[in-house]
Amino acid sequence: MRTILHSDCNSFYASVECASDPNLRGKAVAVCGDPKERHGIILAKSDPAKKCGVRTGETIGSALEKCPNLILLPPDGEKYVHYSRRMRAMYAEYTSQVEPFGLDESWLDVSDHPRSGMQIASELRRRARDELGITISVGVSFNKVFAKLGSDLHKPDATTLITPQNYQKKIWPLPAEELLFIGRSTARRLHEYGLRTIGDIARSGPDTLHTLLGKNGDLLYQYASGRDDAPVLSLLRESDVKSISNSTTPAFDITDEADARRILYLLCDSVAERMREQELRCRTVAVWLRDTNLVSWERQMQLPAASDLAAELVHASLTLLRQGWDMRRPLRSLGVRGCDLVSSRADTQLTVLPDRRPLRQAALETAIDGIHARFGRASLRRCVMLSSSKAVHADTCQGLSAANMSAIHGHV
Amino acid sequence: MAHRTYVRVFAIFDESGEVSPMSLQLRGRTYAIDRVLAKRYAFATKAGGQGMRYTIRIGEQQTYLFQDEHQRWFVEEKEHVQ
Repeated sequence: MRTILHSDCNSFYASVECASDPNLRGKAVAVCGDPKERHGIILAKSDPAKKCGVRTGETIGSALEKCPNLILLPPDGEKYVHYSRRMRAMYAEYTSQVEPFGLDESWLDVSDHPRSGMQIASELRRRARDELGITISVGVSFNKVFAKLGSDLHKPDATTLITPQNYQKKIWPLPAEELLFIGRSTARRLHEYGLRTIGDIARSGPDTLHTLLGKNGDLLYQYASGRDDAPVLSLLRESDVKSISNSTTPAFDITDEADARRILYLLCDSVAERMREQELRCRTVAVWLRDTNLVSWERQMQLPAASDLAAELVHASLTLLRQGWDMRRPLRSLGVRGCDLVSSRADTQLTVLPDRRPLRQAALETAIDGIHARFGRASLRRCVMLSSSKAVHADTCQGLSAANMSAIHGHV
Repeated sequence: MAHRTYVRVFAIFDESGEVSPMSLQLRGRTYAIDRVLAKRYAFATKAGGQGMRYTIRIGEQQTYLFQDEHQRWFVEEKEHVQ
């Protein structure tokens, strides 16, 4: 039987802030979006803030109503990444199979470790307090799903053991929506059929679930009945980053292809540059569109070969844009995502009649990276940007600064 | 309450890359580090933050010297109320 740990850093952002500033300890603290812009929301809160009723995701205004002394802090991404790296380095001392799920959660497969899962969990908790000044909750179980549910059962700074003997008692009474991948609509579906707890799902049998939800139903049945056998992916083999994306909402609505094209060029340039920086290539390109009614949709396609070139991303994204947009609905936002990533150091498939164009394009784009690094982004731009009648370039370029870029970490 | 005070450190880097702080300078005064008693990664409980923590002896006094993630050195100092 496997021994899987799921470690969850409690109120991660707020805990990191309290660990780095002793003046904040024991006080109601929340990390949130820009408080000057009244639409910021609470991203994380300390225990005293939680006791006042402050909830993650609520607006700053409503949080301040409940807790007038709440100390609001802007997020400090660099600091959280540093703490997260330290935690992962600590996990790596026990096993090479560490699978991050966001910045603050990780699964560890410690089946081969001479010590028991419970012992390792206690040691990790002690070390997190002692070396970083934060607390973690650890779930110890025989599969990933139960380990994750276990880490949520007792907080903060606690270990929960879920065994084949006790899971029916500890896990089955939990509401169905606690199970991984059950969103609002799946939960509604399950409720309609009277399936309210994880136990209800397990007891209803695989056939009922399959009829109700198809392939997802099979998966949910496996999860609920403790038959999840998904491996903990190894950090050493798998890339940490799952996709590299960039999106923007320009100051104007996008009504014609020319404007959409210019924005796609900018987005593809930045996505490709970041892939090259991280020595990654994508096998799949996705374009994300959102109209002025805030309805969004996505189109994706596979590339003939993995690529980190803006030229190839632009080609694919334009095809996807034409498939996914009829220009009748003005667009508010556009995004490009490179996913299905592989290391650019890995072996590549050669063709019988080598096409030298990608090599020349690669040399060109690497040279552009160099110029941008030395002289700044404004030093070299695409001609297509000069023809814009609207202020695409200035505004969008700013919108595409590092702050707006996102890399999705962890595996879903 | 304590706070972090960043200090100038004179150190020896040996052939294996191991760092041994030899002395530190605080408000213009240099203190020779007589001995490094322990070295491990730790949370700065009094001043906040974390880093590689050196337990050092200066004369009769034992204290902690930290090196943070930006390679800066700091000690934890009590805040003086004037």
